[in-house]
Amino acid sequence: MTARLAATLGLLLAFAAPAFAVNPDERLADPVLEARARTLGKSLRCLVCQNQSIDDSNADLAHDLRVLVRERLTAGDSDPQVLAYLQARYGDYVLLKPPVDPATWVLWFGPGAVLLVGAGVLILRRRPVPAVPVPLSAEERARVDLLMAGTEE
Amino acid sequence: MPPEPRSGLGRRLLFLLPVAAFIGLVAVFAFGLGHDPSALKSAMIDKPAPAFSLSPILEDRPGLARADLGGKPVLVNFFASWCAPCRAEHATLTGLAAAGVPVYGIAYKDKPQDARRFLTDLGDPYQRIGLDFDGRTAIDFGVYGVPETYILDRDGRIRYRYAGALTDAVLKTEILPRLEALAQP
Repeated sequence: MTARLAATLGLLLAFAAPAFAVNPDERLADPVLEARARTLGKSLRCLVCQNQSIDDSNADLAHDLRVLVRERLTAGDSDPQVLAYLQARYGDYVLLKPPVDPATWVLWFGPGAVLLVGAGVLILRRRPVPAVPVPLSAEERARVDLLMAGTEE
Repeated sequence: MPPEPRSGLGRRLLFLLPVAAFIGLVAVFAFGLGHDPSALKSAMIDKPAPAFSLSPILEDRPGLARADLGGKPVLVNFFASWCAPCRAEHATLTGLAAAGVPVYGIAYKDKPQDARRFLTDLGDPYQRIGLDFDGRTAIDFGVYGVPETYILDRDGRIRYRYAGALTDAVLKTEILPRLEALAQP
């Protein structure tokens, strides 16, 4: 009984793969092309839901774009060509990973720049290491003793 | 050795820093309030309209193809009978057409009989109507959801895109001024 339960649970877990929205009827017969389509699909934004990739989204437009990506691949497009095709219609926004260009420099390099500025400020403001105290000379010691004697009343 | 004491001016400027930060934040928030982050700028602006050829849905009305664009500024409106905001904006479109603005329609992923009923019920502002059954023409225009309305100039280039339901206010502030500017020789 326990063994059966374990087997059932194991089977269920085996099927608990991430739930992609790619429908069986969209898939390509050629596993190489299909794998490329999946990689592309994960890097393309669904314009309707805006925070999901077209592979994750159940929106109609996401379905259309998945089919379109597969058509372009079957027609012999390279991966960058497929991305460029969609970028021409929907702009950089369709790419989940924004390209590095002047408009996105702040996005790409901003955090590093802030880190560098912070490190610079820390280095510039670092307090000098206190010098090793020099022991008092006999003369100074005598003077201190004299002063201290005066305060002890 | 103790650190050098700051000059009076430097110290006073330091006190101003939080005030400056506050003013900066207010500016960012003020910009953010008037700015819809889900509104996307069309990548097709100033590009020629894509090639397409769509069959008609009404017997007495021609379909729509790329060759029909150009010659004069026109509106191209993507609509669907199943889309509620399209119903909401339809009166605005019929009013615009009655005022003499050429409006072309593209029925997005619609059944011809449904689109026909939609037009019978709500009025028909379109001089030409094409049926984009598989939504490919819409993708070529960069449509991400109906309704969307495009302004095309006399060279058949896309000059403006409005995503969402048109209202009289949008017509007044966005659509009509652009059409007038494009109508200038």
